[in-house]
Amino acid sequence: MHTMENQWFTISVYSENHVGLLNRISGIFLKRHINIESLNVSKSEIEGISKFTIVVNTTENWTRHIVAQIEKQIEVIKAFYHTDEETIYQESALFKIASHLLFDERQIQNIIKESHAQIVTVSRDFFVLAKTGRRSEIDEMHDQLEPFGIMQFVRSGRIAVTKAEMPITALLAEFQQA
Amino acid sequence: MKFDEFNHLAGMEPVKELQKKSESKKAIRISGAEAIIHCLLEEGANLIYGYPGGAIMPVYDELYKFQDQLHHVLTRHEQGAIHAAQGYARVSGKVGVAMATSGPGATNLVTGLADAQIDSTPLVCITGQVPRHLLGSDAFQETDIIGISTPVTKWNYQVTKASEIPEIIAKAFYIARSGRPGPVLVDITKNAQFDSLDFTYTPCKGVRSYIPVPKADPKALQQAADLINQAKKPYIVFGQGVILGEAEAELKAFVEKTGIPAAWTILGLSAMDSDHPLNVGMVGMHGNYGPNVLTNECDLLLAIGMRFDDRVTGNLDTYAKQAKIIHMEIDPAEVDKNVKVDVALLGDARETLSRLLPLCEENSHESWLAEFRAKDREEYEAVIKNDLHPTKEGLTMGEVIAQINEASGHKAVIVTDVGQHQMVACRYSKFRQSKSSITSGGLGTMGFALPAAIGAKMGAMDREVVAVIGDGGYQMTIQELGTIFQTKAPVKIVVLNNDFLGMVRQWQELFFDKRYASTIMTNPDFVKIAEGYHIRARRVDNRAELAGAVAEMMASEEAYFLEVKVEKEDNVFPMIPSGASVSDIRLK
Ligand SMILES: Cc1cc2nc3c(=O)[nH]c(=O)nc-3n(C[C@H](O)[C@H](O)[C@H](O)COP(=O)(O)OP(=O)(O)OC[C@H]3O[C@@H](n4cnc5c(N)ncnc54)[C@H](O)[C@@H]3O)c2cc1C
Ligand SMILES: Cc1ncc(C[n+]2csc(CCOP(=O)(O)OP(=O)(O)O)c2C)c(N)n1
Ligand SMILES: [Mg+2]
Repeated sequence: MHTMENQWFTISVYSENHVGLLNRISGIFLKRHINIESLNVSKSEIEGISKFTIVVNTTENWTRHIVAQIEKQIEVIKAFYHTDEETIYQESALFKIASHLLFDERQIQNIIKESHAQIVTVSRDFFVLAKTGRRSEIDEMHDQLEPFGIMQFVRSGRIAVTKAEMPITALLAEFQQA
Repeated sequence: MKFDEFNHLAGMEPVKELQKKSESKKAIRISGAEAIIHCLLEEGANLIYGYPGGAIMPVYDELYKFQDQLHHVLTRHEQGAIHAAQGYARVSGKVGVAMATSGPGATNLVTGLADAQIDSTPLVCITGQVPRHLLGSDAFQETDIIGISTPVTKWNYQVTKASEIPEIIAKAFYIARSGRPGPVLVDITKNAQFDSLDFTYTPCKGVRSYIPVPKADPKALQQAADLINQAKKPYIVFGQGVILGEAEAELKAFVEKTGIPAAWTILGLSAMDSDHPLNVGMVGMHGNYGPNVLTNECDLLLAIGMRFDDRVTGNLDTYAKQAKIIHMEIDPAEVDKNVKVDVALLGDARETLSRLLPLCEENSHESWLAEFRAKDREEYEAVIKNDLHPTKEGLTMGEVIAQINEASGHKAVIVTDVGQHQMVACRYSKFRQSKSSITSGGLGTMGFALPAAIGAKMGAMDREVVAVIGDGGYQMTIQELGTIFQTKAPVKIVVLNNDFLGMVRQWQELFFDKRYASTIMTNPDFVKIAEGYHIRARRVDNRAELAGAVAEMMASEEAYFLEVKVEKEDNVFPMIPSGASVSDIRLK
């Protein structure tokens, strides 16, 4: 892997749940003029500990620097970065589509079946499809549905778990000893 | 003129009664504003700098009540307050404290925060904020100082409830001073100052998500020792980390045992005796000739508490490529940031040096050291001789610094501003004691020196403090003469007046064909201005008077202002042009 070539990295940050930390972390990207491609904040496997999942497209060298700067923030417990190969990752998308199309355009039913999308709700005027998967799969489904008219579309940030272990519990214990 | 107020400061002791309060651990019911005062006293901060205003008035009301125990220095601008707190912190090693009101008071702190952040100065800044219920309403003097200060603070926090105050201030002091130090800002809404709480104080001993000092790797220590023991041309470059970690004695012992020539960065100045036989001088853009050129000839570079700033390294592609590199660093994010290292020695420099010492063999490197001395002679002939013993009529900045060295017996704390005078002062000042050079390194903040010198004087009452300032930077915070007048702080102020923004003019001369765009200064009568503040003042424009004037200044028991008219278009050399290699440092 070349450290000077751009590629996708998933940065995982375990932290205290603290007002202002998101600002502090995003500032680290801003300072280096690096775009955040996707960002997700949620609880983690450890009670009371938040997890940021941040996706960037940049060099490994930059990613390493950024992770070091993130880790340095007082409320951050640990930050990791991984390549796509090292993670299991997904995004989710919702498509809102006019209901009559479901009956007028037979092709739509095929798209739903083939893409393994879920119908979340159907009302008189619209229905909503949910699709979870890789970015490329969601993009493909979007391209297929677009000619028929999409009333609303939204896609979440990436969420990911790593193939390797993230020893946060052990780390926290160590922190508490120090 | 008497130094009443200043002597009062000098005699002030840490407060006994309050220390008892925390020992008793019995809660007392007090207001948030009063709690802030108790917290400061508990942390030993009995001298603080600031400026009042609406949103911080409850705290000032308490300061009034506690004025026998906690001295508040009213500066003339919040920037003055924070730079004074920085000067105080850097000379004393304690946490500096600055206080300001919301809105413009808070934003006036920002330059000082950025300066303290990049130069790792421990500060706690307390700002007032509009009441909780008005947050986000664009209330009078509301500004999002948390948002604004986030990138320039080590940590910041907005307190909206009185009950949070003791824990947050304890945490603020702990974070500011531990590990790699830095500025912390605590923004406190006005309702939290007015409301009551049950106050007890427990100093902060740790934050679970924060490791101030990373664990050392014992294997790396042995690897480093092996490299050091095998090296033929080892070279140490040390920086402010030695001062921040109070590792001066350990550095000296290490250098003397291993016989390795050692150079300092600008922020490492005074961490070793200037005349120590193994001190080879200063690295960097305007550093000494040998320390720069020989960076590219050593076989081992041992960096101690320095961060390979670009003013030190020049072009990274041609920096010490031939050498193995060892980096002693407390902040893991600094390792491999600018220069890829072979061995990283994480941890506090003092601890690392004392553990490394027994693993290293006694050694000397006479012929290698002689290479530095040979380069010194070249630099002397080309630069230093003309700076210190000029044959031309006009005064040089260098000879003024030499006079200050002489008259102060090398004992003064030298506080410098930013520009040519800074480089000259850093190059020619001689130091015998650590924490004797205070300058704005990473941010290069013009206007730093005058207020920082006030703080330095108050942080080292028994020492002479001399501020060396350019005519440009002086006028950025000249209002702090008012603080000197009011506190009677006996600061010595030397303005090296070349009627130019000299450093920028030098670049215009060398790299912009002498197009002096907006660098010519039409200056006021600086002596009259000082006299307007009742500060003794004198102007010198010839060599015959110089020594006498400097001696008079140093002998003065009160503050003293000395303007020296120097050559207008002198340049500072040696110089590494920006983007060039350390090997290509120019002597003219
Ligand atoms: C006009 C101008 C010209 C300049 N020219 C030069 C020049 O010629 N030469 C020069 O040197 N500088 C020059 N500077 C200053 C330069 O910009 C940097 O500020 C300076 O080089 C930084 O020095 P440093 O790395 O020692 O200190 P810092 O920037 O303070 O870095 C200290 C390092 O030590 C680490 N540390 C802190 N505590 C410890 C500890 N306890 N144990 C171990 N490590 C610790 C920190 O994490 C940090 O990485 C110039 C500045 C200006 C404004
Ligand atoms: C606040 C600020 N603005 C601008 C600069 C850019 N700058 C660096 S040195 C310098 C000139 C300083 O002039 P003076 O104070 O007279 O010192 P001299 O170089 O003449 O000794 C300037 C403008 C700066 N460092 N800080
Ligand atoms: Mg000038």
